[in-house]
Amino acid sequence: MKILVPTKRVPDPATNIQVLPDGLGIATENVKWVINPFDEIAIEEALRIKERLGTGEVVLAAVGQKSWQEQLRTGLAMGADRAILVLNEKALDSIAVASLLAKIVADEKPELIIMGKQAIDDDSNQIGQMLAEMLGWPQATFASKVEIKERRCTVVREVDGGLETLAFALPAVITTDLRLNEPRYASLPGIMKARKKELKEVPAESLGVELTPRLKVRALRPPSKRQAGRKVSSVAELVNLLHSEAKLI
Amino acid sequence: MSDVLVFAEHKNGHLPKTTLVALGAGLELAAKQAGKCVVVAAGEGTEELAAHLAGYGVAEVIALEHPALKNYVADAHAQALAALAKELGVQAVLASATAVGKDLMPRLAARLGAPMASEVIAFGEDGTLVRPMYAGNVLATVELSGPLRVITVRATAFEVAARGQSAAPVRKVAAAIDPSALKTELVSFEETKSERPQLSEARIVVSGGRGLKAGENFKTVLEPLADALGAAMGASRAAVDAGFVPNDLQVGQTGKVVAPQLYLAVGISGAIQHLAGMKDSKVIVAVNKDEEAPIFNVADYGLVADLFKAVPEMVEEIKKLKHS
Ligand SMILES: Cc1cc2nc3c(=O)[nH]c(=O)nc-3n(C[C@H](O)[C@H](O)[C@H](O)COP(=O)(O)OP(=O)(O)OC[C@H]3O[C@@H](n4cnc5c(N)ncnc54)[C@H](O)[C@@H]3O)c2cc1C
Repeated sequence: MKILVPTKRVPDPATNIQVLPDGLGIATENVKWVINPFDEIAIEEALRIKERLGTGEVVLAAVGQKSWQEQLRTGLAMGADRAILVLNEKALDSIAVASLLAKIVADEKPELIIMGKQAIDDDSNQIGQMLAEMLGWPQATFASKVEIKERRCTVVREVDGGLETLAFALPAVITTDLRLNEPRYASLPGIMKARKKELKEVPAESLGVELTPRLKVRALRPPSKRQAGRKVSSVAELVNLLHSEAKLI
Repeated sequence: MSDVLVFAEHKNGHLPKTTLVALGAGLELAAKQAGKCVVVAAGEGTEELAAHLAGYGVAEVIALEHPALKNYVADAHAQALAALAKELGVQAVLASATAVGKDLMPRLAARLGAPMASEVIAFGEDGTLVRPMYAGNVLATVELSGPLRVITVRATAFEVAARGQSAAPVRKVAAAIDPSALKTELVSFEETKSERPQLSEARIVVSGGRGLKAGENFKTVLEPLADALGAAMGASRAAVDAGFVPNDLQVGQTGKVVAPQLYLAVGISGAIQHLAGMKDSKVIVAVNKDEEAPIFNVADYGLVADLFKAVPEMVEEIKKLKHS
């Protein structure tokens, strides 16, 4: 089975994000760039499916700049077979990225797409669902368990109030939640092998997609900071303050 | 003029608070744009619910009916809502950023070819929208262009719609659904049963983290505190990952966002991803044995203590208070 895993490069989740004084971006000097954590889970799941079936191909895709090669190589080092980087310098909105990915899908014809439920930079949580609709495929977002038997897929989803199970025939789009798996680290031999794996670059303009964003970011600012309050010295004092000062209990 | 269609998520005819917030936000947006707010309840046998929705100051209620809409599934709902949005000619479709809203609205946006903004927290006067990025460390002012916009709103950022005097007209619409395009089967729903208030609706939330050390301690140590306060339970990702509590208790960037009157973080360090889900709470209390824990930077009242000693004491003090 061919599995496509769209990925994004994002700041390491532990980064202390600072808005630039002009409000047009974030400071990037000290940012360590990583594969979006949810996409790492997606790569892991794709690799496990391939390993279970004993056959197949895991293809990574990304829409971004030349520098994103680094994260794609990391994914290849984890065990993905090859990667496609749709080169694009400008800001895109989710619709544009999903449209570009749909073109890659038309070309690659994967039977399954697994991707992160959200990128931890813009926190939009949109592209998997948009891609599924564009392809006319079923979607299972926020997956915490995936089972595939003879082209039929069962997915347990983390939803409000519990766990939901969906079933559908492939092809389909699955987006990953945190509890789906624990991603492996790239091994040293994996890193060596990754250097020789195919990483194809495709200019975004060549795909015939309208790229002008219709979601435009006008300005960024930090949220108002919450003031640290005070330390209390005992439980009795705490409960007393919650009662008499905060008037909450 | 610019009309807004609000998707009223419901569970078997029951309206969660998050839906009333979406209604409140929809009414606010429609008023800002000098348009009207229409609300849609999708399902089977939604008349009663629709009649109830008519009392919230909206211009019209649509009862969108089809057997395929009986339970929520993305493909059927996206089809039906897209057709309705086109028929009504609205300029915005809005829902709450719940698990359903997050699942459905991007699919709907793609079907309508419309741009979408997720988890909006405010509407500007100039048509701009404000939304958090980077786990809430950045607030972005964004603009959606085009004839139609899709929006999810964060439930902690808007007021619930108030019930008004008059009732809006209710119109029953048979949903336009192509059954051959329905490819998803809802197999089962395993509900997390709890007698306590819902996390996203509660006035007080008691959250536990890795510091609780075991699922058993959530029951024996933290639940008595939640019960004494009539609070909902929450948790950090670490506590959920460790299997101490079910997944839908996770508060944070990638879990639920809550803003209760009182949030008690017990044995939680205060990672940015956790803060993203609770830092807008009115009053924050932290109980942690590490005085350097970052949770203290946002806490109104911090208690440096061993939770296994402090929490049972708290329960006793609260009980004393109630009996005095
Ligand atoms: C992509 C991504 C998404 C994430 N999303 C979320 C999210 O949505 N929500 C979330 O919460 N996290 C999320 N995280 C994880 C987050 O980064 C932290 O790892 C997590 O919040 C830590 O949970 P914790 O505070 O319970 O555990 P820890 O950081 O281990 O903290 C435990 C705390 O308990 C205290 N403690 C221990 N024993 C005691 C005791 N006896 N008495 C008192 N205090 C004690 C310790 O001092 C410590 O401060 C995410 C991470 C990533 C990478």
